[in-house]
Amino acid sequence: MKVLQVVEQGFRTLVEEQDDTILWLTRSMLGAGAQLSVLLSGHAACYAVQQRRQPKLTLGDWQQSQPAEVSRDLDALTTEGVPVYVVRDDLAERGLTNLAVRDGIEVIDRSALPGIYDAADQVWQW
Amino acid sequence: MNETRTLTFAFMDPPFESERTVTFFRLLDAALARNTNVRVFAYEGAVAQAFALQAPHGNGVHGRDTEEEAHPLTKDWIAALQRTAASKGLNFEWINCGLCVDERGVNEVIPGCGRGGPADLWRFASEAFNTLTIGTR
Repeated sequence: MKVLQVVEQGFRTLVEEQDDTILWLTRSMLGAGAQLSVLLSGHAACYAVQQRRQPKLTLGDWQQSQPAEVSRDLDALTTEGVPVYVVRDDLAERGLTNLAVRDGIEVIDRSALPGIYDAADQVWQW
Repeated sequence: MNETRTLTFAFMDPPFESERTVTFFRLLDAALARNTNVRVFAYEGAVAQAFALQAPHGNGVHGRDTEEEAHPLTKDWIAALQRTAASKGLNFEWINCGLCVDERGVNEVIPGCGRGGPADLWRFASEAFNTLTIGTR
């Protein structure tokens, strides 16, 4: 069974979980034999062009030591053979068109979404 | 388990904060009403839905004591759905993401709810007719 993980809630959980919780879930399920692909849409399209690690949160004398590193996590997914797509239109709407998309991430037009969805047995919209 | 009669749900919201929680439970109830086996993977804040130490309280603004207020608790909703499933000979399985449980310290869960991980979600989904994911917004 092929499942398309649609991630559109950008930056959700990044500080507290120190990762994007759906990207984490995707990596975790690979170990169980899951056949997964990832679509970055909406605000999550920003992940595709991130170069820097998230800033460390400081509250009083508490300082975060391991902030999220989405670019590393995406690289791990693509290295493991997980297809990762980002919607070009969502990048453009956020003024991100001129930034480099990370290697391994395929930029697709919104008009290509039906094909991406059709290729999956199930679509999990997070 | 007959996979054409099994639905898997993945849910992320905590109790008492979102209308999605009520909708999610109504969907589970509707699935059981249609004689469908139900499997739930509770992720992130949703692991608190089954927390056994949830407690009802009175409400002075409402002018009601604890018994009169009969405050809704999601652990009771889960228990009710478990009873519904049992009465109809259906399966109702609930697995909490273990790491999510640890983060929140909600290890005490009502009977019939278990601890697991992403592999359980994949197993549930692979064996079900379909899967509905409900993420936080």
